[in-house]
Amino acid sequence: MSKREPISDRRKFIFNMARGVGIATLGGFVWSAYIDEAKASQLLLRPPGAIKEDDFLKTCIKCGMCVEACPFDTLLLAKPGDHKPLGTPYFTPRDVPCHMCTDIPCVPVCPTGALDQKSVETENKLDINSAEMGLAVIDKDSCIAFWGIQCDACYRACPLLGKAITIEYAKNERTGKHAFLKPVVHSDPCTGCGMCEHACVTQKAAIQVFPREVAMGKAGDYYIKGWDKKDDKRVKDAKAIKTRTEISKKSAIDTLNDSGDLY
Amino acid sequence: MSLSRREFLKSSAAASAAAAMGMAVPAELEAKATEAEHGWRWDKAACRFCGTGCGIMMATKDGKIVAVKGDPAAPVNRGLNCIKGYFNAKIMYGADRLTQPLLRVDNQGNFDKKGSFAPVSWERAFDEMEFHIRKALKHAGPESVGIFASGQYTIMEGYAAQKMMKAGFRSNAIDPNARHCMASAVVGFYQTFGIDEPSGCYDDIELTDTVISWGSNMAEMHPILWSRVTDRKLTDPKKVKIISIQTYTHRTSDLADTEIIFTPNTDLAMWNYVAREIVMRDAKENIIDWDFIKKHIVFAVGPVNLGYGLRRASDKSLNPRRADGSAGKYDAKEMETIDKEMSKVVSQTEGPALEPYGYKAGDTMKNSGGTLGHWEISFAEYKKSLEPYTLDYVAKICKGNPDESLESFKAKLQELADLYIEKDRKVVSFWTMGMNQHTRGSWDNTLAYNVHFMLNKQARPGSGAFSLTGQPSACGTAREVGTFTHRLPADLMVKVPAHRKIAEKKWMIPHGTLNGVGKQHIMQIHRDIEDGLIKFAWVNVCNAYQDSASASHWIKAAREMDNFIVTSDGYPGISAKVSDLILPSAMIYEKWGGYGNAERRTQLWRQQVLPVGDAMSDTWQWVELSKRFTVDDLWGAYAPSGPRKTALPDVRKAAYAMGYSGDTTMYEILFANKIAKSYKLDQADPIQKGYDNSEGYGDSRNVVGSDGKVFKGYGFFIHKYLFEEYAAFGRGRGHDLAPFDMYHKVRGLKWPVVNGKETPWRFNVNFDPYAAKAAKGTDNEFAFYGKIAKSLKQGDLTHVTDKKKKPLPNKAKIFARPYMDPPEKPDAEYDTWLATGRVLEHWHSGTMTMRVPELYRAVPEALCYMHPEDAKKKGLQQGKLAWVESRRGRVKARVETRGRNRPPRGLVFVPWFDERIFINKVCLDATCPMSKQTDYKKCAVKIYKV
Amino acid sequence: MHKIWNSYRYLILRRFTQVSILILYFGANAWGWSLLKGNLSSSVILNAVPVSDPYATLQMLASGAAISLDLFIGAMTVTLFYSLIGGRAFCSWVCPINMVTDAANLLRRKLEINRIQGMKFPLSRNIRYWVIVLSLFVSFVMGLAAFEFVSPISMITRGIAFGLGFGWSAAVIIFLFDLFVLKDGWCGHICPLGGFYSLIGRFSLIRVFHNEENCTLCMKCKVVCPEHQVLHMIGKESLSVTSGECTNCARCIEVCDDDALEFSLRKLAENRN
Repeated sequence: MSKREPISDRRKFIFNMARGVGIATLGGFVWSAYIDEAKASQLLLRPPGAIKEDDFLKTCIKCGMCVEACPFDTLLLAKPGDHKPLGTPYFTPRDVPCHMCTDIPCVPVCPTGALDQKSVETENKLDINSAEMGLAVIDKDSCIAFWGIQCDACYRACPLLGKAITIEYAKNERTGKHAFLKPVVHSDPCTGCGMCEHACVTQKAAIQVFPREVAMGKAGDYYIKGWDKKDDKRVKDAKAIKTRTEISKKSAIDTLNDSGDLY
Repeated sequence: MSLSRREFLKSSAAASAAAAMGMAVPAELEAKATEAEHGWRWDKAACRFCGTGCGIMMATKDGKIVAVKGDPAAPVNRGLNCIKGYFNAKIMYGADRLTQPLLRVDNQGNFDKKGSFAPVSWERAFDEMEFHIRKALKHAGPESVGIFASGQYTIMEGYAAQKMMKAGFRSNAIDPNARHCMASAVVGFYQTFGIDEPSGCYDDIELTDTVISWGSNMAEMHPILWSRVTDRKLTDPKKVKIISIQTYTHRTSDLADTEIIFTPNTDLAMWNYVAREIVMRDAKENIIDWDFIKKHIVFAVGPVNLGYGLRRASDKSLNPRRADGSAGKYDAKEMETIDKEMSKVVSQTEGPALEPYGYKAGDTMKNSGGTLGHWEISFAEYKKSLEPYTLDYVAKICKGNPDESLESFKAKLQELADLYIEKDRKVVSFWTMGMNQHTRGSWDNTLAYNVHFMLNKQARPGSGAFSLTGQPSACGTAREVGTFTHRLPADLMVKVPAHRKIAEKKWMIPHGTLNGVGKQHIMQIHRDIEDGLIKFAWVNVCNAYQDSASASHWIKAAREMDNFIVTSDGYPGISAKVSDLILPSAMIYEKWGGYGNAERRTQLWRQQVLPVGDAMSDTWQWVELSKRFTVDDLWGAYAPSGPRKTALPDVRKAAYAMGYSGDTTMYEILFANKIAKSYKLDQADPIQKGYDNSEGYGDSRNVVGSDGKVFKGYGFFIHKYLFEEYAAFGRGRGHDLAPFDMYHKVRGLKWPVVNGKETPWRFNVNFDPYAAKAAKGTDNEFAFYGKIAKSLKQGDLTHVTDKKKKPLPNKAKIFARPYMDPPEKPDAEYDTWLATGRVLEHWHSGTMTMRVPELYRAVPEALCYMHPEDAKKKGLQQGKLAWVESRRGRVKARVETRGRNRPPRGLVFVPWFDERIFINKVCLDATCPMSKQTDYKKCAVKIYKV
Repeated sequence: MHKIWNSYRYLILRRFTQVSILILYFGANAWGWSLLKGNLSSSVILNAVPVSDPYATLQMLASGAAISLDLFIGAMTVTLFYSLIGGRAFCSWVCPINMVTDAANLLRRKLEINRIQGMKFPLSRNIRYWVIVLSLFVSFVMGLAAFEFVSPISMITRGIAFGLGFGWSAAVIIFLFDLFVLKDGWCGHICPLGGFYSLIGRFSLIRVFHNEENCTLCMKCKVVCPEHQVLHMIGKESLSVTSGECTNCARCIEVCDDDALEFSLRKLAENRN
C-alpha cells in the first residue's frame, strides 16, 4: 500500500472551484430552461403602448402600476398558475376588454418604459386609437353573420366602428331576397381592444383578438404597393439579399460538374 | 448606403461640374449622385415573366434592385402583379449566379469534351467559340451553326442575334423556344389573316359578355388577365358567362359557369361541332352574317395526310432499320410511335371525320412531311366537311371525363354553341398552350377563327378569337423581330427573294448574302445535332435541354457526339450542364431592353443596375463574336447542305464593291457602322441621363473583354441603334413601332403605332388606319390586309381542280379542317394520357423562380396530379413517389390526388419547371407538321409504384 | 407588559412596517390609495417619489433593457437610502418573506431541530453572491430579469396586491426548506436580494453596537441571530457590527438581558471606542 499523502490545499482549492463552477452551470441551465419555457407564451395581450414582446419582457419590472391605473379592471398581473410570464400585465378581452380610455391612464404610470407613451401618441397628444394591442381575427365558419344571421354584434361594439370593422354586403343567393352583412377586420385601425370578442354572441367567440405579432403577416420590403404613395417608405428597409434554395445551395461550378443521372 | 459622405460630395460635385461644362458624365457616377440624394431610385420596366406584359417599377439602391412595385400607370395591370411579378426584385440574386465563363477542360487546361468545368477568361471563351464555329462552317456550311433562341430575348438581343446569324453567318438555323409556345398560333394568323398577331386586345375582356377558355389555364398562367376576367364576371354575373374547356379541371374552371372536360385532341371536333351548328341552323335561324362573309371571307382546305412532325424514315438517326423494330438511335418502343409519321391506319374515332376528305376507318394514310399549302373551296364543300360533326358523334369522341354522363356532356356542347350563336352576345375565345401545343395546332387555331368569322364576331371590341402567348416577348422579339428560322423582321420571309432583298438593303450587305432556306426549326436543330449536321450550337435566354420533349436524345447528342454546345445563362440549369462552354449573361434589368406582349404592346426599359460578376448581356456576346469574323471568313460560296439543296453564292466581290474589304469584320458592317455610330451616348439626353450603359461605356467592374483588355464600351448607343433599325422594317408595313424615346415616356404602345396613336383592334376600319386605308372607297367595315398567301388555287375538299391562282385582297379565310387522332394514345400498356404545363409559382424551367426562397417554399417540386381512383387502382398513395414511364423514358414524381389540378380518370398532369422531375424525358417530340410546335399535352404513359 | 414591550419592541415595529406596506399596496390596487402604489419591484410614493428595486434594475440592465429615467431615479433612491442609512434593513423591515423565515426559525428552535441536525451544514453563506453573478449572467443570456421571474419575494408581494394564484406555494416551499433542510436557508444563504443588500449596506450609518463590558456570554443573541457570523465579537471586544450581512433586525438587542447590545450610529460608536 502506497503512503497516503495528505490532500494539498491547492487540490482542495481547485476542487472547490470546480464544484462551484459545476453547480453554477447546472443551476444556470435549469434556471434558463425554466425561464425559456415560462416566457414562451405568445398569445398574450398586453396593455396599450406595450413595446415589442421580447423587449417588454426585459423592461417590465412587474410593479403592477398599470393594473392599478386601469379603471375597468381590464388589466391583470400574471400570477403563478396563470401560465403566463410571471408578474407581467395582460388582459383577457372575453372577460374584460380594453375600454380604450382616451386618457390612457395605464401608460404614463409605467416607470420603466415597458409601456411606451410615445407609441400611443399622435402629434404629441395621447391617442388611444393608435394603440396596437392586438388584432381581431374572424373564424368565418363559426361567425353567424356569415350564415346570414343578422348579428353585427362585434361591429356595433367596435369603438372604431366603420374603420376597424366594416361590413361587407353580399347577396344571400339561397333566399334570393336577403343579404349577408359580413364583418371584416382591417388591421391598420384595429387596436386589439377586444370589445368585439367580448361582445361576440357565439358560445366561444368567433372573433378573437391575438397579439399582432402572432396574427399579422409581413409582405416583405421587396414589393411595394404601386398605388399607395405612403407605402414607398418601406423601400428604406429593402435590401438586395443573395437568395439560396435547395436548387442553388451548391456553387454553380459544383452543380455543373455533377451530372447525376442526367446523361 | 455604401456611398460615404465624402464620396457623395465628390460624386455630386463632379456631376454638377460636368453638367455645367456640358460634357458627358459616366452614367454610373451620375446615378450614384441621384441615388445619394434620394436613397433609392424608381424606374419603370416590364415584368420578366409571362406574355401578359405587366408594367412594373423597380427600386434601385446601392447598385442593386431592392424592391418592385406594380406600375399603377400601366394599362395592363394598373399597379397589380401576380406572385411571380411580386418577386421580380429577387430573381437576379440567387447564390449560384453564373459570374464567369466556364469551359470543360482537361488537366492541362485544354478544351476536353469529357472534362470538368473550370473558369476561363472571356477572351478564351470567344477563342473557343470562334474555333468551333470555323470548324462547323467547314464541316457543313452555315447549316452547321445553330442557335436555340428565345421568346425572352429583349428586342435588341433578338435582333442582334438574328442579324449576325442571317447576315453574318448566313445561317437560318436560329429558332426560338417560342416555337414550342405559339408557332401554331402564328400559322393560324398567317393562314387566316396573312399577317401575324391578334386582331384584338386585352380591352376585349372588359367589353365582352362571354369568355371561353380553350385549353388555357389563364388563372395560373395569365393571372392578371384572369383577374380582369373575374372582374368582368363579377360586374354582371347573370349576363357574363365563362366557359372553361379543358382536358382536366384546374383553377380556371373555378370561376366558370360551365366546365367542359374533353378527351385530348378532340377540341378539333368541338370547334367543328360549333361551326356545324352555325351552318346547319342558319337556314332557319339566320345566324350567319352573309354580308360579312361575302365581302371578307373565302373558304379553303389543305391536305390532311401531314404526319405528326416526328422524325422521317430518311433521317440519318433513324437508320439503319433493324429486324427487332429499332432504327438508328431509336429503340423499337419509340419506333412504334415514330412509324406513324410515315403512314397510319385511320381509326374508328377519326374515320367519320375524315370521310369528306376521302378516307375512312381502316384505310392506310400515307403521310407527307407536312405542308402549309392550301387551296380555295366553295362554301358547299366547307359545309360538306362539317356534316360528320353531329352532336352524337362529337359527344361520343370528345367526352373526357368517364364519370360524366353523355347527356350532361351533350347539354354542355349545346350550351357552348348557343352562347357563340346568340345574337348580340359578344364572345372572346382565349387559348394558350392547349390549342397551340397540338399535333394539329395550326388547324385548331384556324378553326377558332371560322366560328368567329361566320358570326361576324372577330376584330370587334369585345369579340374575337384571341391567342394568348406564354412568353414575355414571344410576340415582341421572336415573332416581330423574327428570330425564327424562316422569318425576317416584320413578317418578311427568308424564302421570299423580294423580302431577302429588303433585309439585305437595310443591313447594307451584298445581294445574295442571305440564305433562302429556313427549315431548321428548334426541334430540327436538336435533330440536326443528333444527325451530326450541326456541330456548333448556342443556347440563348432559354433552357433548350430542359424544355424539349424526347430530351434524352438531345442530351445524349450534346454530350456524346463531336460538337460544341455553348449556353449563355444567368444560372446553372440543365442546358448549362450539358454544354461545353457556359457564358454568364446579364439578366433582365442589368441591360437596356424591350419586350412585346400578347396584345402587341411594346415596352422598353433602361439598364437599372450593373450585372453581377463578369456577366455581360447577350447583345454584347453577339457583338463581340461578330468581331471575330470577316467578309472573307463568311461570305464565300457554300456547297448545298442539310435542307438547302442549292449552293450559296460567293458575295465577297459584291462586298468589296460596297466598300468593304476582305478583312472588314462583321462588327464593323453589322453593328458599328456609320449609322450605328450616329446614335450617340449623351448624358444630357433625358432618356439616358443617370443610367448605366454597360455596352456603351463599359462600367466600373472593368470586365476584361473578348480581346483580353478591359472593356471600355462601344462608344455609341447600340440598343437604340438596334431598336430603330429593326423598327424601320415594320414602319409602313403594318408593323409600325413608335420611336425608341417614346417608349421611355409611355407605358407601352400597341402596334401599329401610326401618327403616334396605337391600334386597339386591327382590321377594323374604325380603329386600324391600315384597314381604313385598304377599305377606302368602299363601305366595308373590315379589311384583312395581310399579304401572306393571298392568292389561291381552286379545288374541292380532296383535290386542286384549277391551278390558276386567284387573288383575294383584304380577305380572310375559313378553313375546312377535320378531327384527327394524335400519334400516340393510351393503349393497354401505356394506359394514361400525360399532359405537361406550368404552375403559377414557377416560370418555365424554374432557373429563376426556383431560386426565390418564397416561391421555392410554396412549390418546391413538380407533382404528378392524378385522379384518386386511378391512384388507388394502380396501388399508388397520395404523396408517395411513382414512376411515370413512356416509350421514351421515365421519371419519379410524387403522386398528388388533391389540390389545384384535378384530372379525370385516365389522365395525369406533371408540370415541367422542376429540373429534378425531368418530365420532358418522358414527353414525345411530335409537332404540328405545319407549325413545328411540339405537342407537350399528349403522350401515353404508364404509372407504377417505385 | 413592559417586559414584553422591551423584549419585542423592534419585532413589533418590524411586523408593523412589513404588514403596513402590504396593506398600502393592496389598498392602492383595491381602493385607489395613493400613499404607496405598485409593489416591492417598483412603487411610487404619494404619486410623486419613485422607488424601485435596484437589484431588479441591475438585472434589467444585464438583459439589455433600456432603463428609463424614472426607474433609474427610483433605484438610486433606494440604493442611497440603504447604503447610507438603513444597511440591510430591507430584509427584516420590509420583505414579507422575513415573516415566513422567522416563523420557520422559531419553530425550528421550539422543535429543537438544530440539535437533531447539528449546527454544521456544508452550505456556504456565500452562495447568495454566486447566485447574484449567475442571475446577471442568465439575465444577459435569456434577455430578461432572471431572478424577477422566480423571486418568491415579488411573487408574494404582488400576490397580496394583485392576486396570489399559486404564489402561496413559494412561501410554503421556503418555510419547509428553512424548517427542515437548512437553518436560515433562504435569507441567510440563497436569497440574492439579501446578498445584494448585504453588499450595498456595508457602510450604512445605523449599526448594532456591542458593549463587551456588559456581556455575560449568555449567547442568546447568537442563537436568535439569523446571520450569527456577524456577531463574532460577542464577549470578545466592544465593536459595532460592521458586516453588511446584519439585517438590523434588532432581535439581538431585544434578547440581550444585559444591555450589551444597542443601536448606534456608526460614527458615534466608533468615537466611543
